[in-house]
Amino acid sequence: MSPLRRLLGYMARYRRSFLLGFVCIVLSTGIALAGPWVLKYAIDDLTAGVTMGKVRMYALGLFALTIVGAIFRFLMRRIIIGASRDIEFDLRHDFFTALQRLDLAYFQRNRTGDLMSRATSDLNAVRMMVGPAVMYTATTVLGFIVAVGLMLSIDGRLTLLTLVPLPFVSIIVRYFGSAIHRRFEAIQEQLSEISAQTQETLSAVRVIRAYGQEQYAIERFRLANEEYVRRNKGLIRLQGAYYPSMGLLMGFAAMLVLWLGSREVVAGRMTLGELVAFNAYLMLLSWPMIAFGWVTNLLQRGMASWKRMLEVMDAVPAVADRVLDDVDCGDGVVVGADLKVRPYSAIEFRNLTFAYGDHVVLRDVSAVFPAGTTTAIVGATGSGKSTLLGLLPRLHEPPRGTVFIDGVDVLDMPLETLRGAIGFVPQEPFLFSASIAENVAFGARGAQGDRDRVEEAAGLARLDKDLSDFPKGYDTLVGERGITLSGGQKQRTAIARALAIDPRILVMDDALSSVDTYTEEEILSRLAAVMRERTTILVSHRVSTVRGADQILVLDDGRIVERGTHDALVRHNGLYADLYRKQLLEEELEAS
Amino acid sequence: MTDNAAHAATHDEEVLGKAYDARLMRRLLTYLRPYRPQVALAVAAIIGHSILELAPPYLTKVVIDRYIPAGDLSGLGFIAVLFFVALTVSFALEYVQTWTMQMTGQRIMFDLRMQIYTHLQRLDLRFHDRHPVGRMMTRVTTDVDVLNELFTSGVVSVFGDLFTLVGIMAVLVWMDWRLALMAFSVLPLIVLITQWFRRNVRDSYRAVRTWLARINAFLQERITGNATVQLFRREERDRVAFDTINAGHRDANVQSIFYYAVFYPAVEVVGALAAALLLWIGGGWVIEDALTLGSLVAFLQYSQRFFRPISDMSEKFNVLQGAMASSERIFALLDTPVEIANSRTAARDDMARPAFGPVAQTTAGVIRFEHVTFAYVQGEPVLRDVSFEIQPGQRVAIVGATGSGKTTIVNLLLRFYDVQEGRITIDGADIRSMRLDELRGRFGLVLQDVHLSSGTLASNVRLGRESIDDAAVRRAVEAVRADLFIDRLPRGLDTRLAERGATLSVGQKQLVSFARALAFDRPVLILDEATSSVDTDTEMLIRDALTTLMRGRTTLAIAHRLSTIQDMDRILVMHKGHLRESGSHQELLAGRGIYHRLYELQFKARGTTALAPAAS
Repeated sequence: MSPLRRLLGYMARYRRSFLLGFVCIVLSTGIALAGPWVLKYAIDDLTAGVTMGKVRMYALGLFALTIVGAIFRFLMRRIIIGASRDIEFDLRHDFFTALQRLDLAYFQRNRTGDLMSRATSDLNAVRMMVGPAVMYTATTVLGFIVAVGLMLSIDGRLTLLTLVPLPFVSIIVRYFGSAIHRRFEAIQEQLSEISAQTQETLSAVRVIRAYGQEQYAIERFRLANEEYVRRNKGLIRLQGAYYPSMGLLMGFAAMLVLWLGSREVVAGRMTLGELVAFNAYLMLLSWPMIAFGWVTNLLQRGMASWKRMLEVMDAVPAVADRVLDDVDCGDGVVVGADLKVRPYSAIEFRNLTFAYGDHVVLRDVSAVFPAGTTTAIVGATGSGKSTLLGLLPRLHEPPRGTVFIDGVDVLDMPLETLRGAIGFVPQEPFLFSASIAENVAFGARGAQGDRDRVEEAAGLARLDKDLSDFPKGYDTLVGERGITLSGGQKQRTAIARALAIDPRILVMDDALSSVDTYTEEEILSRLAAVMRERTTILVSHRVSTVRGADQILVLDDGRIVERGTHDALVRHNGLYADLYRKQLLEEELEAS
Repeated sequence: MTDNAAHAATHDEEVLGKAYDARLMRRLLTYLRPYRPQVALAVAAIIGHSILELAPPYLTKVVIDRYIPAGDLSGLGFIAVLFFVALTVSFALEYVQTWTMQMTGQRIMFDLRMQIYTHLQRLDLRFHDRHPVGRMMTRVTTDVDVLNELFTSGVVSVFGDLFTLVGIMAVLVWMDWRLALMAFSVLPLIVLITQWFRRNVRDSYRAVRTWLARINAFLQERITGNATVQLFRREERDRVAFDTINAGHRDANVQSIFYYAVFYPAVEVVGALAAALLLWIGGGWVIEDALTLGSLVAFLQYSQRFFRPISDMSEKFNVLQGAMASSERIFALLDTPVEIANSRTAARDDMARPAFGPVAQTTAGVIRFEHVTFAYVQGEPVLRDVSFEIQPGQRVAIVGATGSGKTTIVNLLLRFYDVQEGRITIDGADIRSMRLDELRGRFGLVLQDVHLSSGTLASNVRLGRESIDDAAVRRAVEAVRADLFIDRLPRGLDTRLAERGATLSVGQKQLVSFARALAFDRPVLILDEATSSVDTDTEMLIRDALTTLMRGRTTLAIAHRLSTIQDMDRILVMHKGHLRESGSHQELLAGRGIYHRLYELQFKARGTTALAPAAS
């Protein structure tokens, strides 16, 4: 379906409003144009000499017409612009829903700012197109046809003469509109340069001060700032000429009417009332002429924005549920139901090789995580630990036949079931600007969100002690991205959040890195009971965290290079043993 | 969770302040002061323009009353010429007005932006620690632009509107004061309608803005936190929450449509009421010959132009409101005092020198920390009673665990922060009494995470110092062997870097920052050694480069590599904010304290690896 057809589809939902709106437009335009006609009769009668009563009738008529016209004008705006707000609602809803389906990789490829601008300024441009642009197109076209018709009926030759400047108005609007748009973009570009400089110098503030570069930074900024003013100058030169020149052209038309029209009156080919009415119509025409160019710009921009929105709405998510037939796991048991019965979940990676584009991150990884056991993964930064964990809940899509839970390929599980089974604590916990209780209950369903369950989860993560220090306790707001909490508190909130959904699989990606060793031990001992009932995967840099695990996997450059228990690996005297000795040293320092 | 949007909306960015604040306005107007001639010209032009705008209805009156009855064709031609002249002059005046005022607006914005940016470059690090970069970017860009609108379309066009209004009233009274009174009689109605509109639109504008802020905050959060949303299967509930905000936004907008939908037709109705009154009464007078027909027509035409300035002025209201909020934020930033600046005595010593001048070549001097205590947060001291001395030419390493206060020592020495107790001296002079550029000009700083900017590689080495010419850059780059990778790049030193130098590896960025420190050739090298691991080849390069860099310089290094540490004359062992041990490698080993334990463990852990060859 073409973009236009799809947009019309959205508008069609409100076709009653648009229909009604058009009726109002026709009526209000017709009535507005009747006003000068009344004036024409009034002036002509006044020239001819007339009774007081008749003049008063004209006055009343003029007033009554305006009131009726105003009512329709009110309705027109309410109905059509109102409908555009309804369409905006639908579009925003659908855009958001489309975003929600998209996978992590999509969000990593596309900058937040870009997606935000599609959801805000592009959406607004589309709304301007379906609302104001539609309304003004209708009033403009209708107003133009009727007014010119009436003018022609008064004096054909004068109409043609005075209409000469009018097309120029539209041309000017079109020309200036696009020229202004181009310059405007050049200005925006320079504004980004100004922002970028501010960002760069503020991020590097220490280096700048240490090397005494403040003055240089200021000079560089001055140049960017001057360039910005220079580009604005070009825009101002255009804008300065734009509106006045429209006034000038419309003024020429009015001058022609007054000059040539009054000659016609003198010659007796036209009445004075007709001249006054003619003049009034010309005034009414000036707006459609200006609006015409403006509306075309709105339509152009709106369609461009709509296409940009469709790019997101039509993006195909790399991670999605398979068609339901696939979910059958062979023995006639549907996976979703099957998983609910099993208390534990065994995980297996089978010859897993995974790459982001050309960049291979995991090479031929095979490992079994028996149900109810704890497995720890260690390895240097960039060795592929986080990627491995992310494949389990399908944040990234693993190749078919490589990741299994209880023998079922994760690709065959509905995302709802799969993710519901996993309590995931990410490396950098993302908290939402809500209360702590709401953050802990973020994934909770039904009774899981009850306050006592939330408190239980928070207790396990040893968050309770911190919360008792906060005046508002669980209702403390954490601020944007949890800004008011310390790193350790954030991590522990994220642990509580994962525990609150009562998952059968617990995944902790370096989840205790910002917690001091003492607290860490306390959390681990509290978690011990929880972990016994669950399949747990821990990633950590700390030997103290991983030494108690049932098995330890050592990742190096995407491969599992060592595996075994703590004692076995220390005896093996490889990478793990090296890490262990280094950490002993650090602990020693801490303790001294 | 629906109310989390409400929390998000309380970001200070979105809160709209008072609609009008005389104190802020007065301060804003001071920015116009340097441009008094331009402003005067613009105001004169707009007044002239307003007066000329009055011409057409009056010319119509003259035509109807004088030339048409007389059939005077040359008179009509004369009027047409007058009309033409009025149009052209009016066009010219409007152009002049727009041009001067917009350009003045740009100059003011230029001044304001420079003022904000310069202030940001001077504000203490303590300030920057607390204020996110993104928010400061908004001050420099968006907030300033909002003010631009006030100056260009606000202040001056209000004059224009006012003059049009007064002009029309004057002409009407002059033509016929009785009929003028008739026309004015509807003015109270217009004022009432405008008041009603202004009050309601202001409220609904606020409501719309608040809802929009919630939508943006929600979207932003859901986009950045998309992985968490998916992991916790929040999609369904988020959709419901988003619909609630989305609907709130829609309803607030529909409410504001209502006010606009009422306002514009209502103004038309009042205009028609005036016209009807004029026709009713004035028409009677025309019949009685108490008024000319031309005057009536002119009156009718004027009455149509009468209401435009009034409704225009009410539209300026939103501009004003936005400007107040932005200027409040900008002034709050500008009013934040700079704590760490040149002391008054130092500043008086050389009034003639610019605040940030070229640095006179200095010597290292004796650096002394005397009982220094410091806390970033009140009550949580990071350094406690730290004293030590560094002789010129000495190489000193600081070691200790994370959070032991190593970086703070560097921060204080460069006066990024001021000590709270004790003092730091160089050659006996308190660093707080020195000029900042003199103090900082002694140090070449190499930081752990290297910040490169999006210029060329060469410009990242020389920064803004032009005395470091291409040859000097080349020498520095070669000395630290950065040429090995730079020469492999197609454009060599002229390669443009991506934002934050993203195209280079960590090790490469470090080499560039070494080259920078070498090119600046400062007597004291301050080194915050990077902990992040690099590949073995780069590791060797970095070690060699460090040797080059330290040659002949006083060095203070926060060191992580045993090789670096062992090369030092003296080692300071920091522990929980205290200076616990100090001495040479051998002395400390003999002392069998923290350092000894550290070394033993490191040595044992590393076995025979290359990093500990100097084991004696």
